[in-house]
Amino acid sequence: MEAENGQRDDPVTGSDDRPPAPHTRLLPNWLKLTAQGLWCEAGDFFIDPGRAVARAVITHGHADHARPGHGHVLATPETAAIMRIRYGDRAGGTIDPLPLGEPRRIDGVTVRFVPAGHILGSAQVVLEHAGTRVVVSGDFKRQADPTCQPFEPVACDLFITEATFGLPVFRHPPDAVAVDRLLTSLSTFPERAHLVGVYALGKAQRLIALLRAAGYDRTIWLHGALTRLCDLYREQGVFLGELALCSGGRRKELAGEIVLCPPAALADRWSRAFPDPVIAMASGWMQVRQRARQRGVELPLVISDHADWDQLTGTIREVTAPRVLVTHGQEDALVHWARSLGLEADALSLTGYDDGG
Amino acid sequence: MKAFSALLDALVFAPQRSAKLRLMQRYFRETPDPDRGYALAALTGSLSFPHAKPALIRALVAERVDPALFALSYDYVGDLAETAALIWPARGGPAEPPRLAAMVETLGSAEKGTLPGLVAETLDQLDESGRLALLKLITGGLRVGVSARLAKTALAELGDVEVAAIEEVWHGLDPPYTRLFAWLEGRGARPAEPGGLGFRPMMLATPLEERDLPTLDPADHAAEWKWDGIRVQLASRGGEARLWSRTGDDITLAFPDVIAGAAFDAVIDGELLVVRGGVVAPFSHLQQRLNRKTVGTKLLEGYPAAIMVYDLLAWDGEDIRALPFAERRRRLELWMERMALPRLALSPLVRFTSWSDLAGIRAAARGDGIEGLMVKRWDSTYRAGRLKGPWFKWKREPLTVDCVLMYAQRGHGKRSSFYSDYTFGCWLEDAGGTRTLVPVGKAYFGFTDAELAELDRWVRAHTVDRFGPVRAVRPELVLEIAFDSVHLSSRHKSGLAMRFPRVSRIRRDKPAAEADSVDALRALIAPI
Ligand SMILES: [Zn+2]
Ligand SMILES: [Zn+2]
Repeated sequence: MEAENGQRDDPVTGSDDRPPAPHTRLLPNWLKLTAQGLWCEAGDFFIDPGRAVARAVITHGHADHARPGHGHVLATPETAAIMRIRYGDRAGGTIDPLPLGEPRRIDGVTVRFVPAGHILGSAQVVLEHAGTRVVVSGDFKRQADPTCQPFEPVACDLFITEATFGLPVFRHPPDAVAVDRLLTSLSTFPERAHLVGVYALGKAQRLIALLRAAGYDRTIWLHGALTRLCDLYREQGVFLGELALCSGGRRKELAGEIVLCPPAALADRWSRAFPDPVIAMASGWMQVRQRARQRGVELPLVISDHADWDQLTGTIREVTAPRVLVTHGQEDALVHWARSLGLEADALSLTGYDDGG
Repeated sequence: MKAFSALLDALVFAPQRSAKLRLMQRYFRETPDPDRGYALAALTGSLSFPHAKPALIRALVAERVDPALFALSYDYVGDLAETAALIWPARGGPAEPPRLAAMVETLGSAEKGTLPGLVAETLDQLDESGRLALLKLITGGLRVGVSARLAKTALAELGDVEVAAIEEVWHGLDPPYTRLFAWLEGRGARPAEPGGLGFRPMMLATPLEERDLPTLDPADHAAEWKWDGIRVQLASRGGEARLWSRTGDDITLAFPDVIAGAAFDAVIDGELLVVRGGVVAPFSHLQQRLNRKTVGTKLLEGYPAAIMVYDLLAWDGEDIRALPFAERRRRLELWMERMALPRLALSPLVRFTSWSDLAGIRAAARGDGIEGLMVKRWDSTYRAGRLKGPWFKWKREPLTVDCVLMYAQRGHGKRSSFYSDYTFGCWLEDAGGTRTLVPVGKAYFGFTDAELAELDRWVRAHTVDRFGPVRAVRPELVLEIAFDSVHLSSRHKSGLAMRFPRVSRIRRDKPAAEADSVDALRALIAPI
């Protein structure tokens, strides 16, 4: 099927009279950076393209990675389900679910999804061609997460890693710290509703699962934007306990309860009906206090779906790749660190990613 | 230490006073001595680590972290202590982090040479939040939005006593305040009040409601000017003197000119002002002298400080706070006459026969560092705190100016879903006759909840641009801004700074073109 705008997007690799950008030196000749994103020339598909294309391989369901309108989509079955929920008919012309771990031959390229530990269905893309193995991490983290399979390191020749939290000031404390902080606040302010801003996909379900694991068994209230994805997680076998939609008139009765909503709703008129709400936010960005304060958050909860500095550097060591490309975040520090280790490293500017952390 | 760092982490984000009180009370209730006493000392600014400087932290981090990575990180975080706390390499420290009390005692008594090693060792044993608490503690800036007064208020509620009762004994106590906690928890006697040079908590006034006037007899009341400076208490005995701020901060060293020659045995209450040749300067001049630890000759000469004396609390070792104001005033006049001190002046009484008479005097007063009037019952004893009845303050009518709303920013806490901080401007005409709006101030109070909702709706409907939490709006809404005074200021684009600006009315009736000009605002600068 054609892409959404009715035209097939052709890869644009830049004209030949310009010198190649420095990072292209580290890419094998069958993998190119284009205006739409990373393009595997040998298999003629894009990985997480920023615009609708004919053939896309998708690492996970976050909107900045999984865009609507592709002609053919290769994704894990969970990611495919997420895309169908989010985009309906526009999820893709044909959706081709490929379970984690199963190799798929596309022209001369072998493609395999390996768990990334980021959200339900999230995967790294392992590409093998002409004797070279490239791993595209997508978004990943190394902390245990009850809602998805743990990250598996794959040894490779080139590791293309995200670096959302690629500064050594980002070292996420254990999740238990944040959960404990939320529960302590509930007991300190039992007359106030606790409104927690969470991303609808991944963070919401993980926070719920963490609260359940900590023994919190009261109903957790949800903003309408979170319900469909919570239902999907439940269908996939993730235990979330008692959830309820907090609609209209109920809001003023929710003193002492936990309410989850998308971050934008915190500053929205929607939040006003709650009794003297404690404004909380669950995100890796909450690690830096100044940033949390700018957002007007009263209770910052450091819970991240991305690798922190120690996880990024630990993973780079583990995959033993002599070449590293850093994308999607704070590239400078990680490139500097990798080079000081003797690796060949560069930033790879993929545009269009916007991660909430 | 975990409980203390968790407390700081919670306080720094809690926007409401009531929430901060609740957090501190919970901490004080659940934390044993002497840790909580040192926490109290930290919150009230009663600890100091003279050898711990930001340079020490920088040096410790430089020994452990790649300089390029540190630079990138500092750039991102923007705060040295926080960057250091976050980037400090974890050692997987001991199971049990050090106790706050042990840390304060060790680091507080360390020599300059051994301090860096001890700080590093302690940082190794803490988690990120503990490291930040330690670094803020020793470099002297907790910056959690808690005043000493608020911390004492939390204690007062905990022990079910008046804050004043704590303030009366406070200056005779030292960290870790075990006797204070014992008293508050009903396990010990109330500690003794300090005499001599110690701070005596001040008596404060409540605003005079004009509807109350008919119930008050003018003959029962004295009136005097309310000077526009800061309230202070000066205690002197045996050739020594102490100058205290209203909150009990010792500001003696910043005002050597005021205490020079203060060789008497008395405690006085008055207003600290800048006075030149007998003329009181506006508050902005006094500001040059505030928030300094010490003061140079230039400032002493350019901004000479003096006290306008309101009251006498003790004389020759006798505490006279329990005497009525009339008697204290009689003794004060006598005392002033005998002392004839160059930097002390008696605040004159304002004679009046009726409330309307006094209202006329109040309306006529402008400039000269006067904020309004104080009305005191002749029979009032001097009691700590803000009691309604014995003393009233009757501020001058505020000045007002009509401004145009330019930007609005989202508030914090309860107001985080409202655009509640307003930047407003006045018209400025250039040589060519073109008029542009120039921001002249910012206000975030003065309006009712209903007006806030109205302003919020207006802002959302008239947004022309967004920068993070700030929205630029169409310059169409006129706000009447009330303020106490306006001064020249080089820090502001308009060259003017207002004191206590607040939104007094939404002027939907007035077109923006008819709002006031910067020149009109400048004409309201208090005469010197
Ligand atoms: Zn993602
Ligand atoms: Zn992402």
